[in-house]
Amino acid sequence: MANIISDETIEYVGILAKLELSDTEKEAAKKDMGSMLDYIDKLSELNTDDIEPMSHVFPVRNVWREDIVTNGDDRENILKNAPGEKDGMFEVPKTFD
Amino acid sequence: MSKNYETVIGLEVHVELATKTKIFCGCSTAFGAEPNAHTCPVCTGMPGSLPVLNKQVLEYAVAVGLATNCDITRYCKFDRKNYFYPDNPQNYQISQLYLPICRNGHVDIETEEGTKSIGIHEIHMEEDAGKLVHDEWEDCSYVDYNRSGVPLIEIVSEPDMRSADDVIAYLEKLKMIVQYLGASDCKLQEGSMRADVNLSIREVGAKEFGTRTEMKNLNSFKAIRRAIEGETERQIDIIESGEKVVQETRRWDDNNGESYAMRSKEDAQDYRYFPDPDLVPISLSEEFIANIKSKEPEFRNEKKLRYKEEYKIPDYDIEIITESKKMADIFEKTVELGADPKKVSNYLMGETMRILKEKEMDAQDIGFKPEALASLISLQESKAINGTVAKEVFEVLFFEDIDPEKYVEEKGLKTVNDEGALRKTVEEVIKNNPQSVEDYRNGKEKAIGFLVGQTMKAMQGKADPGSVNKMLKELL
Amino acid sequence: MDILSMTAVQIGQAIKEKKITVEDATKAVLEKIKECEPLYNCYVTVDEEGALKSAKEIQKKIDNGELTGPLAGVPVAIKDNMCTKDILTTCSSKILSNFVPSFSSEAVINLEKAGAVILGKTNMDEFAMGSTTETSFYGPTKNPRNPEHVPGGSSGGSAAAVAANECFYALGSDTGGSIRQPASYCGVVGMKPTYGRVSRYGLIAYGSSLDQIGPLCKDVTDLANIMEVICSYDSKDSTSVKREDNDFTSALKEDVTGLKIGIPRDYFGDGLNGEIKEKILSAVEILKAKGAIVEEFDLSLVEYAIPTYYTIAAAEASSNLERFDGIKYGYRTEEYNGLHNMYKKTRSEGFGPEVKRRIMLGSFVLSSGYYDAYYLKALKVKALIKKAFDDAFSKYDIIVAPAAPTTAPRLGESLADPIAMYLSDIYTISVNLAGLPGITVPCGNDKDGLPIGLQMIGNSFEEHKLIRAAFTYECAAKCGKDGE
Repeated sequence: MANIISDETIEYVGILAKLELSDTEKEAAKKDMGSMLDYIDKLSELNTDDIEPMSHVFPVRNVWREDIVTNGDDRENILKNAPGEKDGMFEVPKTFD
Repeated sequence: MSKNYETVIGLEVHVELATKTKIFCGCSTAFGAEPNAHTCPVCTGMPGSLPVLNKQVLEYAVAVGLATNCDITRYCKFDRKNYFYPDNPQNYQISQLYLPICRNGHVDIETEEGTKSIGIHEIHMEEDAGKLVHDEWEDCSYVDYNRSGVPLIEIVSEPDMRSADDVIAYLEKLKMIVQYLGASDCKLQEGSMRADVNLSIREVGAKEFGTRTEMKNLNSFKAIRRAIEGETERQIDIIESGEKVVQETRRWDDNNGESYAMRSKEDAQDYRYFPDPDLVPISLSEEFIANIKSKEPEFRNEKKLRYKEEYKIPDYDIEIITESKKMADIFEKTVELGADPKKVSNYLMGETMRILKEKEMDAQDIGFKPEALASLISLQESKAINGTVAKEVFEVLFFEDIDPEKYVEEKGLKTVNDEGALRKTVEEVIKNNPQSVEDYRNGKEKAIGFLVGQTMKAMQGKADPGSVNKMLKELL
Repeated sequence: MDILSMTAVQIGQAIKEKKITVEDATKAVLEKIKECEPLYNCYVTVDEEGALKSAKEIQKKIDNGELTGPLAGVPVAIKDNMCTKDILTTCSSKILSNFVPSFSSEAVINLEKAGAVILGKTNMDEFAMGSTTETSFYGPTKNPRNPEHVPGGSSGGSAAAVAANECFYALGSDTGGSIRQPASYCGVVGMKPTYGRVSRYGLIAYGSSLDQIGPLCKDVTDLANIMEVICSYDSKDSTSVKREDNDFTSALKEDVTGLKIGIPRDYFGDGLNGEIKEKILSAVEILKAKGAIVEEFDLSLVEYAIPTYYTIAAAEASSNLERFDGIKYGYRTEEYNGLHNMYKKTRSEGFGPEVKRRIMLGSFVLSSGYYDAYYLKALKVKALIKKAFDDAFSKYDIIVAPAAPTTAPRLGESLADPIAMYLSDIYTISVNLAGLPGITVPCGNDKDGLPIGLQMIGNSFEEHKLIRAAFTYECAAKCGKDGE
């Protein structure tokens, strides 16, 4: 296949995606990603020089709301699913700013 | 130092906008709530929640762009900036990379070498992050998402500044513009205005830029100045010792007066920006922009000219009063209520500035009502109170919502205008101070001052010094 | 009266006429669920208690005239990627195995307003990533038409539940064919509405620019009635579109006179199973006999749709799924050493292989140095694909196509080769890229008795034409059968 995915690439993407793959998973990921990219490379057959990238399929524009407070205190619900909670806050592993 | 170096500085200034609600949800932006009391599924990144843009954010951003001579992007979009951190509930921040709302602006600053134009590369809209609270004792931190989703604009300058003075002048200028627009209160200490400093050095005359570092956590003009000086020195040292400056983000520690690199092998600094599919593009009509332009307030320079013309107060006064929109607003309203411009100005420049300085307050924090000041001045003008009492009353009305007239009445501070009572006291004073009387009669004009003082004291300050003076001269 | 074999609208009618109660219908279907679940595994969660409770409340509202709509009192199943207040919502993932939302999706709220009884949450491919419902953390769903086969996916639980009479209708979501393909495999009716017709608020996003909620049900009449309920403008979804034409039942007309049907030659080539081709073309013949004008044409760009789709969907998914980090909700790993280790362990343990595969791909195509070559390129090809459909719809009212190249594969056959699995989405995927509406209706079985679906694709916001054509076909097919 044309796209060879290196260990470094898999490692790097793992950091971006916050995924830790086992060695077997890494090998599989290298192979899968390589073949997917080979497949995606098919797109380069098309000339798209003058084409605007289409992120939104319909020309819907200017959707906004007025600056009016509509939400009240809902923190009981907001915190209800938290794996860790204390004093109305979400508990997380120690972070350093 | 063997060579001559030049510091090159560009700023990224985050300004928290003064909207009532967050940028993408209807949660309040008010300070002081219980942790997470101002949150909803949107600003806590609940699965299935979706953002909807607050129109006011867009209007403020356009207004700031117009006031800083930017081109307003007629077709703009929001992008996602992807990075994992607990204060960022979706683990992506909605921001603008590809099509920011404003571009190619500039503001002029006054420097020792004259007027200098500082380019503005772009202004974009984005959401603020939540707040992390660190537990000293436990091995964990806590997140409060009340600030998550509070609207920000980021004003990115060109690398056009060359000194800490330039930087401060630029920030003062931005602050003034944004405050005049009412788009933010711009308080560095409270974080509603935050400046990240991008700094590099190069030999004087060099064309290429050096490698830059980005410094964060600068919470005051003082810290900014110290950080710029410290970083300039650090980079010169590195270069002088033959090494290379590393492009990195550094955190300024103002207590220790030094910065340190914020690096982690788990942070790749690859934000994978792409257009946010949950938000639709913004397409601004000329009419929309013209409408915002038409609501533009009178800025400082226009104000200065008008004040000179209309109020005929000295340039020095105008300079100080127009330094903040808040002060200027109070001035104008008080004058509108009938007070004499110079008298109003005296209160603002004298007592107000004194109290602000003493209490380390910002002009933004002034809370008194123009009505109260106007009433105070009118009491003083009608001689119902004298200057000393007026100052006392002002100090009270600065902090408390009082009606000066009622207050003076209740506290019995009114000047005694009963001529009989005054005459009686003056006669008493003349009788008790034969030496001063003697001196005065012998031509010592100054002696009368002492007698006025004695009379005022005897009347517990509730007399009009002018009337006392007049009466004394009459009786002597 | 055989309650279970009735359509949603028939049940609604029977309730209205007081032939049965809401409770009767709910109990009957709950019994059926108990009987069938060990065989098919259509549901992740069955909310028996909640369903019986709301059955009573809804009955009251029907009795006092508060609820009068055609779906009042009819039990429904919801795909498990739509938030349901106080009901576990897992996306068939371990990472949301304990997530109980505090709000419901707008589409679910619309159903509740119309008097729907929510039975539970249906199984799916994890985070809707898959075409077989085998990537679910809660085990695969089996095809009720033949339990050795998959029901399709990702809305496989919803399609199978309808096919097995474990509900009267269901909601699914369609990002690349996830309603139309399982509907086809299970022999039920399904529709992916135009992007923006149904609010996505509360739908746990996979590919935000492609996702759309839609119905899976027993016939076209049900479909039109469900569409009328779930389609609405929602100010909470910026991509929601305000429409005045959500009156889909008005399209239930047996009339295709003059309707121009385009048959894309590119969809009927080598990759397509012969039996399917034959059934689709004979369905077209029926429509032709009813007065439709049929013409073959070249749609073009068909082979580029899948790489375009997987680039865009994976990129959006990689970002959409970042929020699952063990902090605010869901699964958090037991032991960890610091923040980033917690993130990595939580996500690695919480996501299954297919989800990880797409997150990795998506992160890669957006990463520095690759964005233009992959992601931006895909957005440009998407524009070309949209253009190809615009051209087609300047000539035709609807396009007829297969829903999938084969009938339902056997369990365990698909996952081994991801690309082969992705290829099976070839006939459905472009519709999502172009934001178009698509419907599938059953059009017969293959020699093994597995259902074949007829897909019809319409221009944006032209669901009415699709419903009219599907209804006409359905009536004709029924007459044909009755006549046999």
